[in-house]
Amino acid sequence: MAIYTEAEARKIMEKALSFSTADTCEINLSGSESGNIRYARNSVSTSGHRSNQTLVVQSSYGKKSGTATIDEFDDASLKKVVERSQELAKLSPENPEFMEPLGPQVYDKAINYVDDTANISPDYRTSVAKASIEPAVANDVTAAGFLDDSYGFSAMLNSNGLFAYNKSSNVDFTVTMRSNDGTGSGWVSRDFNDIRKFDAAEASKVAIDKAVMSREAKAIEPGKYTVILEPAAGENLIGNLGFAINARTADEGRSFMSKEGGGTKMGEKIVDERVNLWSDPLHPEVPTGTWNGSGQALKKTSWIENGVVKNLAYDRFWAKEKGVAPVPFPSNLIMGGGDASLEEMIASTKKGILVTRLWYIRSVDPQTLLYTGLTRDGTFYIENGKIKHPVKNFRFNESPIIMLNNLETLGKQVRINGNLIPYMKIRDFTFTSLSDAV
Amino acid sequence: MKRRNFVQLSGLGAGALLLPTTMLGNNIAAEALLEPGMDVLVKKRMADVALNTAKSMGATYADARIGRYLNQYVFTREDKVQNVVNTESFGIGIRVIANGTWGFASTNSVTEDGIKKATERAVAIAKANAKIQTEPVKLAPVEAHGEVSWKTPIQKDFKEVPVSEKVDLLLKANAAAMDNGANFVNSALFMVNEQKYFASTDGSYIDQDVHRIWPTFGVTAVDQSAGKFKTRQAMSAPMGMGYEYMDGLASEKLEGPAGMTLYRNSYDIVEDAILAAKQAKEMLTAKSVDPGKYDLVLEPNHLGLTIHESVGHPLELDRVLGYEANYAGTSFATLDKWKSGDFNYGSSIVNLVADKTQPGSLGAVGYDDEGVKCKQWDLVRNGTLVNYQAIRDQVNIIDQNESHGCCYAQSWNDVQFQRMPNVSLEPGKEKYSIKEMIKDVEKGIYIAGRGSYSIDQQRYNFQFGGTSFYEIKNGEIAGMLNDVAYQSNTQEFWNSCSKICDESDYRMFGSFFDGKGQPSQISAVSHGSSTTRFNDINVINTGRSI
Repeated sequence: MAIYTEAEARKIMEKALSFSTADTCEINLSGSESGNIRYARNSVSTSGHRSNQTLVVQSSYGKKSGTATIDEFDDASLKKVVERSQELAKLSPENPEFMEPLGPQVYDKAINYVDDTANISPDYRTSVAKASIEPAVANDVTAAGFLDDSYGFSAMLNSNGLFAYNKSSNVDFTVTMRSNDGTGSGWVSRDFNDIRKFDAAEASKVAIDKAVMSREAKAIEPGKYTVILEPAAGENLIGNLGFAINARTADEGRSFMSKEGGGTKMGEKIVDERVNLWSDPLHPEVPTGTWNGSGQALKKTSWIENGVVKNLAYDRFWAKEKGVAPVPFPSNLIMGGGDASLEEMIASTKKGILVTRLWYIRSVDPQTLLYTGLTRDGTFYIENGKIKHPVKNFRFNESPIIMLNNLETLGKQVRINGNLIPYMKIRDFTFTSLSDAV
Repeated sequence: MKRRNFVQLSGLGAGALLLPTTMLGNNIAAEALLEPGMDVLVKKRMADVALNTAKSMGATYADARIGRYLNQYVFTREDKVQNVVNTESFGIGIRVIANGTWGFASTNSVTEDGIKKATERAVAIAKANAKIQTEPVKLAPVEAHGEVSWKTPIQKDFKEVPVSEKVDLLLKANAAAMDNGANFVNSALFMVNEQKYFASTDGSYIDQDVHRIWPTFGVTAVDQSAGKFKTRQAMSAPMGMGYEYMDGLASEKLEGPAGMTLYRNSYDIVEDAILAAKQAKEMLTAKSVDPGKYDLVLEPNHLGLTIHESVGHPLELDRVLGYEANYAGTSFATLDKWKSGDFNYGSSIVNLVADKTQPGSLGAVGYDDEGVKCKQWDLVRNGTLVNYQAIRDQVNIIDQNESHGCCYAQSWNDVQFQRMPNVSLEPGKEKYSIKEMIKDVEKGIYIAGRGSYSIDQQRYNFQFGGTSFYEIKNGEIAGMLNDVAYQSNTQEFWNSCSKICDESDYRMFGSFFDGKGQPSQISAVSHGSSTTRFNDINVINTGRSI
């Protein structure tokens, strides 16, 4: 399967566009290659490889649009897919929210593609599994992990003269290590655009150490505790806050960002003034593509600045309705951190809980952004500045808004799930019940 | 969830619906859904190319699945059509055992050459992985079925119903909700047809035509002056049925408490939208629950999700064994508990049955995705754990020699593995209605429809919300409640099960999007039950002031 260069992609799309007789036509072309290996019970269970390439054509007559897709790009196929999208457009109802395709745009050059990631081989994937399984066996724990790597390109061309092209690469790794006596469990997650930053043995050791340290956890009473959330735990809740920045639902009165009496919380202080949340497609640690599916340029955008709502995301239609400039949705989330190391955060805690990650998080009340879920794979009791012992897992019911108002300390940022999130110390985090799960 | 694995097909606003990308294929015209797929004789010839190639390369077993997956989705909000999507995906997946190890490859090039190449890749993957394999595959025997076929018993093929009729019905439901006080309505119709051909070196050639449908909506009422909003979801269930599910037959309606209408095998979306608008408005000012212990009366469209999470998942054998440890988790229902023969999963009236045959259910097929004829079997009988859910390469671990027939892949492009069958609670044997059940409760809450759900990775501790909550005081419904969620432990919860309504109240809950595996695959599954009472369950108040 071909990963087309910018020139090759443009040539295919220009050919397709030459067949268009619609009022407007927008073409997206993308292709990807991905490979994975999965292991459990200290043995490889499955591995696979996938290739995808798709050309999507959206043709419009007035406010009527039709979309057709194809995965073959010879002239006859390109003509067929354009004609099919035009037939569908003529048959479809008018979309009152239709927006004319954008004209030419200026994009930053994306930095989220690395050749080494694209060159990952099946042998490399096997070596990652071995780097987990061998130390697991040596430490009397059982490994279950998954490595998924991919690379590809996306391109866009339309009848108003817009052209965009990005290449990207990505690798995701997670491993769960469970002690063979069944009483301890550890986990680690790593994700990068650049595979050279990934060390499977180092990551696996983190999970093994947690599995060993978390054995024979003690039960303590649920309630409100000071917590130190590792970035994986914090990201789960900050990511959900990111879903709430939609201006339209806020304007419609059905979002946490809606204001009592009408309007939105734009400009209001909603969390501690040390909280800063932004997105930046060119951040070297968490780079993304520099344009979105509507062809809009993605730029560094502040969402929360010194605790105040700085921006809400407006799609092109809603921006027009409200007479404001569109603000594209974020492609990553970056939360500002501090200087404190994890060791310093623990040392300054009289009584608290260290949380590795949160699991099975679901919205309980969209009005208050209340979420529930559980701690998992390494939860520890801290007393007088030291980790005393592992504790049984808790269920929490907490809102990221309440949590960020109860901020004590910000620590160092870590990349997790494509976002950059700091270690956070939070007071009065609400645990509502105990779980026997290991 | 990672955003890049999902696509947003419509601006559904609050609770935007993100669909797994795997639910899509190539966009086509609605009329093209009706075009016939590859002829069954050609499919047989193509499948044989895979089987013969695999055998010639030293595979000891091979199966081939030629799949054509047709989907139609319709999205509307208020008086607008947002999107109509028709998709088709066609290809072949080939699975082999070589050197005692599984290998899998797939291709959308369903030609002799394309299939040969994919088969060679599957065998090469198996041989490569065999080098670090420590547990050689042991397959349970399966009957050779020869050339057979199976079809979901539908009355109306969604593909033959004009899109305009579907759009009109959704817009009518939206208008009905708006007329009754709703501020926003998002509605959608999902329709799926899986045309699956399976062949294996064990001598089966199985042609199946599977249909599913799911109408749904969210009706939102907003009190802008108070800064409050409430959404009431549809009381429909996704079903293994044709478009006849949308007929709204009076004979399939049940009278619920507090003026609610509940639906069995036929759904009246306009009527439900009217009630939803009224309930959403009432929820804006309903009383916030006092936390404490309550007897819960759980409606089947609510209880289904609790069954799914607290019974369906923990009894998947691959979870029990640790194959899902890094993603979905493991299970409290360990082999020693099953082997003891007296593990008390629930009270003595609790009978939980696994099933792949129940008409109208999402899990119903004639044969699973490794050619095993489908059946029903017990998981919990008279409160005691008696079995798991297992497929051909697993049953030897629980000393059984017959697969349960619950192997599934979401498409030709994905490898099949153990997936949850329908898991249902048998109705009570004595005649007993919802009315009688409510009359017998002194301090309780009636919960209808699905809401927030969360459970730990070994399936002990869970918390569930719902769609609609009504307080029960001294045998009477005493008004609507807000901010209700219940927390319990699986074994304690099922042991507190004190009464189950009879089969006249039996209905199915369903989910289109049960997720499992890495890379993750979705599966559709139903859970039947009658309204059931659980005593002394811990209810928390989820209201917060910010």
